[in-house]
Amino acid sequence: MSDIGMLNTVKAAEDPVRRRLDSGPRGARPKRALSRGNIILYGTLLVVSLYYLLPLYVMIVTSLKGMPEIRAGNVFAPPMEITFQPWVKAWAEACTGVNCEGLSRGFWNSVRILIPSVILSITIACISGYTLSKWKFKGSDLFFTILIVGAFIPYQVMLYPIVIMLREVGNTLGVQLFGSLTGLVLVHSVFGMPILTLLFRNYFASIPDELFKAARVDGAGFWGILFRIMLPMSLPILVVAMILQVTGIWNDFLFGVVYTRADSYPMTVQLNNIVNSVQGIKEYNVNMAATLLTGLVPLFIYFVSGKLFVRGIAAGAVKG
Amino acid sequence: MAEQHSVEIRHLDLDFGAVKVLQDLNLDIHEGEFLVLLGSSGCGKSTLLNCIAGLLEPTDGQIFIKGRNVTWAEPSDRGIGMVFQSYALYPQMTVRGNLSFGLKNAKVPKAEIEKRVNRAAEILQIQPLLDRKPGALSGGQRQRVAIGRALVRDVDVFLFDEPLSNLDAKLRADLRVELKRLHQQLENTMIYVTHDQVEAMTLADRIAIMKGGQIMQLSTPDEIYNRPRNKYVADFIGSPSMNFLDGHLENHVFKRGDLVMPMTGYEFAAPKVADRKATIGIRPEHVITGELVQGAPVKSEILVDVVEPMGSDTLVWGNMGDRPFRLRMDGNARVKPGERLPIGIDPSRASLFDASDETRL
Ligand SMILES: Nc1ncnc2c1ncn2[C@@H]1O[C@H](COP(=O)(O)OP(=O)(O)O)[C@@H](O)[C@H]1O
Ligand SMILES: [Mg+2]
Repeated sequence: MSDIGMLNTVKAAEDPVRRRLDSGPRGARPKRALSRGNIILYGTLLVVSLYYLLPLYVMIVTSLKGMPEIRAGNVFAPPMEITFQPWVKAWAEACTGVNCEGLSRGFWNSVRILIPSVILSITIACISGYTLSKWKFKGSDLFFTILIVGAFIPYQVMLYPIVIMLREVGNTLGVQLFGSLTGLVLVHSVFGMPILTLLFRNYFASIPDELFKAARVDGAGFWGILFRIMLPMSLPILVVAMILQVTGIWNDFLFGVVYTRADSYPMTVQLNNIVNSVQGIKEYNVNMAATLLTGLVPLFIYFVSGKLFVRGIAAGAVKG
Repeated sequence: MAEQHSVEIRHLDLDFGAVKVLQDLNLDIHEGEFLVLLGSSGCGKSTLLNCIAGLLEPTDGQIFIKGRNVTWAEPSDRGIGMVFQSYALYPQMTVRGNLSFGLKNAKVPKAEIEKRVNRAAEILQIQPLLDRKPGALSGGQRQRVAIGRALVRDVDVFLFDEPLSNLDAKLRADLRVELKRLHQQLENTMIYVTHDQVEAMTLADRIAIMKGGQIMQLSTPDEIYNRPRNKYVADFIGSPSMNFLDGHLENHVFKRGDLVMPMTGYEFAAPKVADRKATIGIRPEHVITGELVQGAPVKSEILVDVVEPMGSDTLVWGNMGDRPFRLRMDGNARVKPGERLPIGIDPSRASLFDASDETRL
């Protein structure tokens, strides 16, 4: 072994062609760090990030200033004296119309809307996506097409019909649906259905049929396969669905205004009411703090699950 | 029933919309038999296997396993185990979890599960892998686990859908031998789908050649190779494939131009076959060459076109008159392109087909 190796080395050293090759370029081509392409690329990225980050910066510094300093100074200047008073006021004391409880009430309303809506919509979409991809029945493709068409109908068209439906169904069942959190939860769940079902269907379709068949031969049924085979493989897509729903429902304004009453307004609606309140002077610092508070939930979700989100999107989006 | 049948398929039809994938298919598989379903891709082999497994509902017809009508039974109630081309192991479970999944679903007691998993692992020599996830296994190991999944369930019938197609050539040969040994050891009925004729010839007790959702011939490998029932089967089996020459059969003598071949020693299907247009099929490896040509019953010659030395033997591609003609010679044979090579033909080893309906005469 070593003899042959040595022989080759000796041969190589004697080989004139080899020697000529040795003098030329070898290995990976060196790259310049400061090429024109790089400067343009990173320059653009820098400008774009500044464009997005500057408003956030202004909001944060303003929310930490007192009103006199805001009136006196420059919006970009950092606070000379940091105060958390605007945050406290936004959370607990800011007034909308007659009540002065701050955003806290809206926050808890939003939480009470968010949690059941997310759970309900993801559960239903997951099961229907699973059925439509692995337990196809006669007309399942038609059913799916109808569902997807639903995603392209503008919300505005459906606003009022849904008001009537909620009222009538509520009357029939003897529960209040229109104007209650329950009604809004139903609306959010229904509107999340097309996109979520599509997402789950495509994800499950990308899981090989043979795996599904093997589980059936092993005696697992509809639920057994879903819970013990499919779901344990579905973390990325569950995270994507959760992010879509949490941010979508948290940021919703339209449905909140239309389908709830003043005491059950979600946080976004209440934020609008605080910021656009016409009485008294405009408290920019409180408004900024209120806005940041409202944005904290989606922001938190993005930070926690950014990596999983990208992975899930890639996994769910490839197969049509 | 005179003989115990393990699987019986009666008048099975299966349509995908307007496409008829299986048509009036009948098949009896004996107890303990290794049956191979062989056919080109898309001929309906997997579809048939999935029907037997209960993963596809037939449009019409019946399926019996061990004398019981299972046409409407769930896959898990049929006494079958299935092994897939893509292994289809549950990725989030360990090997042990994969092996015991079916038993847990069947509510087998824990101690019994443990016993059966260990026994299967021993037979397949995968004990050291029991606590690994499928992702950490090689292709060959994965396929062993997949076989184990059927093994632990103590099934009557094993179904294999191209289980070796995803493996490289060396591993495929090894696992093929292991499968054969496993069958000798277990004596279960095995139904094995493949498009690879080497797998089919080496493993099968009987081979069913399929085409267009129908069975062309169901016989032993020897019978299929030596006495193909029609031209399709003759052409499909063998590599390189059989040489076909068109001509006339007159009084049990095949004639084609200068080539006159009295069919002495050939087993005709009927004592007296009437004169007609016919096609004769000669396997490349049955062509007589070298010194033996002198003693051959029929002599001819071909014009050599291409020579492929393969080590163990030599493939010669040439022409007999205007027809391409292939033959297989010894590895030491020295033949050059352009050469006229004398050959001999033994009619008793040839196959004769009717020119119009292509059935064996
Ligand atoms: N789900 C399906 N829908 C429509 N056609 C199918 C479906 N599955 C298989 N086929 C068709 O049935 C035929 C047989 O397929 P298959 O049994 O998978 O063949 P193979 O012999 O290669 O295993 C093919 O022509 C295939 O296109
Ligand atoms: Mg197949």
